[in-house]
Amino acid sequence: MSPAAFWQIVLELLAAGALSVPFGHYLARVFQDQKTWLDPIVDPIDRAIYRLIGPDAVNQAMDWKGYAGNMLLTNLLMGLLIYAILSWQGHLPWNPLHFADVSPFLAFNTAASFITNTNWQAYGGESTLSLFSQMAAITFPMFASAATGLVAAIAFFRALGPACDKGRNLGNFYRDFVRALTRVFLLPCLFITPILVWAGSPETLAGMVTAHLVQGGIQHIPMGPVADLEVIKHLGTNGGGFFNANSAHPFENPTPLSNVIETLLMMVTPMALVIAFGRMVASPRLARVMYGVMAFMLVVAVSVMVIAEQRGTPLLAHAGLMQHAGFGQMGGNMVGKEVRFGITQSAIFDTVSTAFTTGSVNSLLDSYTPLGGMVALVQMMLNCVFGGDGVGLLNFLMYGLFAVFIAGLMVGRTPEFLGKKIEKREIVLASLALLVHPLIILAPAAWSLMAPYGVNALGNSGSHGLSEVLYAFVSAAANNGSAFAGLNGNTPWYNIVLGLVMLFGRYASIIFMLALGGSLAAKPRVQETIGTLKIDTALFGGFWLATIIVVGALTFLPALVLGPIAEFFALYGHHALSGMGR
Amino acid sequence: MTLRDMRAAVVLFLGLAVATGLLYPLAMTGAGQVLFPRQANGSLIRVHGRIMGSMLIGQYLRGPGLFWSRPSATAPVPYDAKASGASNLGPDNPVLRQHVASRVAALRKADPGVRGPVPVDLVTSSGSGLDPDISIAAAHYQVARISRATTIARGQLMALIRRYTVPRSLGFLGEPVVNVVRLDLALWRREGARRPR
Repeated sequence: MSPAAFWQIVLELLAAGALSVPFGHYLARVFQDQKTWLDPIVDPIDRAIYRLIGPDAVNQAMDWKGYAGNMLLTNLLMGLLIYAILSWQGHLPWNPLHFADVSPFLAFNTAASFITNTNWQAYGGESTLSLFSQMAAITFPMFASAATGLVAAIAFFRALGPACDKGRNLGNFYRDFVRALTRVFLLPCLFITPILVWAGSPETLAGMVTAHLVQGGIQHIPMGPVADLEVIKHLGTNGGGFFNANSAHPFENPTPLSNVIETLLMMVTPMALVIAFGRMVASPRLARVMYGVMAFMLVVAVSVMVIAEQRGTPLLAHAGLMQHAGFGQMGGNMVGKEVRFGITQSAIFDTVSTAFTTGSVNSLLDSYTPLGGMVALVQMMLNCVFGGDGVGLLNFLMYGLFAVFIAGLMVGRTPEFLGKKIEKREIVLASLALLVHPLIILAPAAWSLMAPYGVNALGNSGSHGLSEVLYAFVSAAANNGSAFAGLNGNTPWYNIVLGLVMLFGRYASIIFMLALGGSLAAKPRVQETIGTLKIDTALFGGFWLATIIVVGALTFLPALVLGPIAEFFALYGHHALSGMGR
Repeated sequence: MTLRDMRAAVVLFLGLAVATGLLYPLAMTGAGQVLFPRQANGSLIRVHGRIMGSMLIGQYLRGPGLFWSRPSATAPVPYDAKASGASNLGPDNPVLRQHVASRVAALRKADPGVRGPVPVDLVTSSGSGLDPDISIAAAHYQVARISRATTIARGQLMALIRRYTVPRSLGFLGEPVVNVVRLDLALWRREGARRPR
């Protein structure tokens, strides 16, 4: 790794870490109803919203069923609204390019995709959606789905927290949701959008401009309210682009500086949430251990991706192209990457995007090297390298329960997590949450690979083609949304099945985790004794990491061997083996 | 689930849809138009009032007297801003091998005297298909050919490249790039009336 690449990685990760600490404390204050300096400005707005919703609804205490039920109801309504707007966009305002109504399959897929925070896009934004759809059917659920994931995690934290001993109250969904929107998501967007506009991202209601080019001919340049969408797309770990090329498009991501801003926006909330967890369950030491484990996985992932992409490919080397950086060019595997980002900023962005399950890309993963693409796949398979707003941490905690259980069995101690006994019901629920993920990935992926309507959509053949299908279902199940985009997902089969996978991936795991939270909340807290397994130690952090890797590897290794690993050896086999001999 | 909850859910989601799906983008559009009107409207390049492109959106630039832009995978034509996108060809796809080989051949044919390995960005298509930049090496690689075609001295071309080079953001982020749209526009204006439109 070159010094330039090294320092960009180090400084970017440090900046994210530095931002996450104060933001984490802020999150904890917001959701524990403590004072923040923003209260004088935001309180009147919140109170007005509470009045609209109805004070009874906002003040009632909710157990896990009430919390989950209201969350599902709100999400269902949002999904229906998105579906309706897309289906009738031809008859709605702000459609300067006169796009037709979106077809039912695609509208279902898109509605499922955006309420679940996935942002899988089986369409190209600039060639499909009206400006009204971009605002009301895309930007709106970007806020709503991010807030949903965040408050689900908050409710789970409350269940583990000291305030919830032998209680059933997980808080109030509506109140949490409103506070997440106004205090966590909307406010930063108002300040960061103008910065992105300054950097070059358009923010206009003009749908298209016609340019008369230097070399003759004309170019139609679509634009719209892009910058505001970009900010919530990243802050809410959403990932759906205004344009087909997503954050590779110069209007979505004009400069390396905007690239770093977008990267930091993706990272800050999930990282901060770990800090907030530590405060809300009164165990900052445990939070530091968790933060450390996730940060370790992220550092490994980003390093592997940067090195793999900078190494380039034999195909490009044999064509007589420069593969080493220097002399005014970046070398490496530049297929599907933008010059302004080079290898390093491309790989950092796509690593972060698949770790934090945002799914926006500034370089196209289908053309990445086998190892680079595999890093993206593995992070979504584990789905807890910080992960998306809220849900990533829930997954990480789920692995934590297994780690406690396994470690407890190994050393003969009662498995306890933050003073709550982990018993049969908890392990059953955690197992269900765990098993949904591989089931909804591997089963439909296998089906797609055996069916002509599945295979006909491939953009590449061989093991890379297998990776394309695998990637689509991993991305949908992890609610990531990035793609090996050579696969044409806009077919009835993929639209429907991927839509269903996204819905299961999102709500099944959230419901199981809330049920688990409800079960833990109802338990008395046992006193820590000499026989208690200490979980807020580096040793247990290592065990936690091992649990994640072993479970993840056992589940997905066969699929990886057939896809990226086979491709890696086919591509580099000769070099890899001769390298070993030396 | 009570009726009270139903009502709350309906009101919340409608209010939210209006606030975040309409008011927020419209307010930001207003702010952007007032604060940074040039960028908010797409960083357009105007020459004598005529829009000649956007600084940020690449163009298909070929010909002996121009700096070539990167290959573009947009369809149906390269640099089609209405349909951004990449080739999505895998790292060992034979089609990619073929594309790269023919691009290298085209470069060598345009300038048989050129030596040395080709900068990788000059023969690979970008992620957006609209990359407005090339690397500094990719610009230098083309200087000899352009100098012969336009009779502009190499030193002057190198000075032009320096002028349209954008350094790394904050001195260390990303890569230094040459904005090939602006560079070729400068060449075009320099040639003035000689070049037919």
